[in-house]
Amino acid sequence: MQQRSSLKARLIASPYVAWSALFIVAPMFFVVYYAFTDAAGAFTLANIKALSNYTEIFVRSITFGLIATVICLLIAYPFAYILSQSGANVQRTMILLIMLPMWMNFLIRTYSWMALLQDTGLINAILGKLGIGPFHMINTGGAVILGMIYNFLPYMILPIYSILTKLDRSLIEAAEDLGSNRFNVIKKVVIPLSMPGVVSGITMVFVPSVSTFYISQKLGGGAFDLIGDTIERQFQQAYNYNLGASLSLVLMVLILVCMAVMHRFTDNDEGGGMVI
Amino acid sequence: MKMKAPSKLYMFFVFLFLYAPIVVMIIYSFNSSESTAVMTGFSLKWYERLFHDEATLRALYNTLILAVASSVFSTVLGTAAAVGLDKWKKSPLRTGVMSVTNIPMMNPEIVTGISMMLLFVFVGKLVTDEAVLGFGTLLIAHVTFNLPYIILSVLPKLRQTDSNLAEAAEDLGCRPAQAFFKAVLPTIMPGIVTGLIMAFTLSLDDFIISYFTSGPGFQTLPIAIFSMTKKRVKPDMYALSSLIFAGILILLILYNFAQARSESKNSKDSRDRV
Repeated sequence: MQQRSSLKARLIASPYVAWSALFIVAPMFFVVYYAFTDAAGAFTLANIKALSNYTEIFVRSITFGLIATVICLLIAYPFAYILSQSGANVQRTMILLIMLPMWMNFLIRTYSWMALLQDTGLINAILGKLGIGPFHMINTGGAVILGMIYNFLPYMILPIYSILTKLDRSLIEAAEDLGSNRFNVIKKVVIPLSMPGVVSGITMVFVPSVSTFYISQKLGGGAFDLIGDTIERQFQQAYNYNLGASLSLVLMVLILVCMAVMHRFTDNDEGGGMVI
Repeated sequence: MKMKAPSKLYMFFVFLFLYAPIVVMIIYSFNSSESTAVMTGFSLKWYERLFHDEATLRALYNTLILAVASSVFSTVLGTAAAVGLDKWKKSPLRTGVMSVTNIPMMNPEIVTGISMMLLFVFVGKLVTDEAVLGFGTLLIAHVTFNLPYIILSVLPKLRQTDSNLAEAAEDLGCRPAQAFFKAVLPTIMPGIVTGLIMAFTLSLDDFIISYFTSGPGFQTLPIAIFSMTKKRVKPDMYALSSLIFAGILILLILYNFAQARSESKNSKDSRDRV
């Protein structure tokens, strides 16, 4: 009986297993295949060697991604905490308002930042009325990071918030009863318990930030190429699939390594079960 | 609990940041000139022009067709997968399948996009001389990135379901298939619906993966928007986005009302029962 039910289970899942083998696993092999061959299909290491020309771009992508992630965390954590402490109706409305921009096309949202940041744009116009500026903001590294923070901030707020609302209030009360002040309650109880949310928030902001290709083209004015831009160009303009594949392969490995390091780092801390 | 003034101020600034570009977009969609930087006067001409723009309407239609097809197909495939995975005993193969399921969620979208493009282009070259990228490849790509979300929202519901439920139905005379459709399916329905909605919205909004797996013959709205933002954006794009924004806002408010009502009804029912 047991044997039969497991066989049946495999049978029901088999269309999905076949699908994922064809369209998740096989494409990964093609990335590896293209990365190690030339246009004629012969084995070569040239694409991997060519990567050294892109060191600067890799370093810039990681730096920008890290800065954006840290700033998102600093903005999102207090926000999620305040939200989790407020009334049920306020929470419901606020979460709706946080999610609403995520449903808008991200190309348009990024594009309208151009209107805001231009030298003759809205922000400079307002500052000019106050007698400050104008500041040059568009086409700078800062504008690219701002675009990342803007697009991915909700992905940091939501997982942290969902952990903080589930937090057992009696733990906080217990800490207060035992003589902790407000600061210590947050530092020793709230933050350690909310680590799973923080970890998934970091993942959900860092991965798209490092690999983005549109934000930097629009807000950086082409002067701040990131890995994503370089990959996109190989596929849509230069038609050098092999170089593009080797860049993608490195990006993939890089992100896996970053994730592994972070999990190691957080697992040692408090040893809580990490769920993403 | 009442919010304190500094907290309110903080929240205000975060929302100001999140909504500033959206407000700008809505304002300029009513601009009477072509500029997206200087406001010259009020007009509805961009909205009017939008409804006469064949290409945009075509792209909107394509996007909806693709979202419906891919979300329905992935929901069926994903629910079957979740049912199978739930009964499947622990084995290396099962662990492997579960890890593969996580790949599309963990991988950067651009890598998912180009990996599929490479597969399609390579296999396409072997099979036919014509370009393969089009509706078919987009559908495969969208189903693939939707699947993990379906599986991960149905699987927890199956875990919560009593395993005796199907057996009880069979004891009462149901055939196994009947037992599933009459007893198990209704209990996991909330998970399926959540997954379906998530898949639909993901598909509607996807740009990066679609960008690499679509051809010139079949454009979705995000791709059309991308090619427009390569040139100078005219306010008709802002008008379109404002309409989408309004549509989503209304849907969310309705959904919220429905949820709030069913919650208060539920709590009333349980009170009545007591």
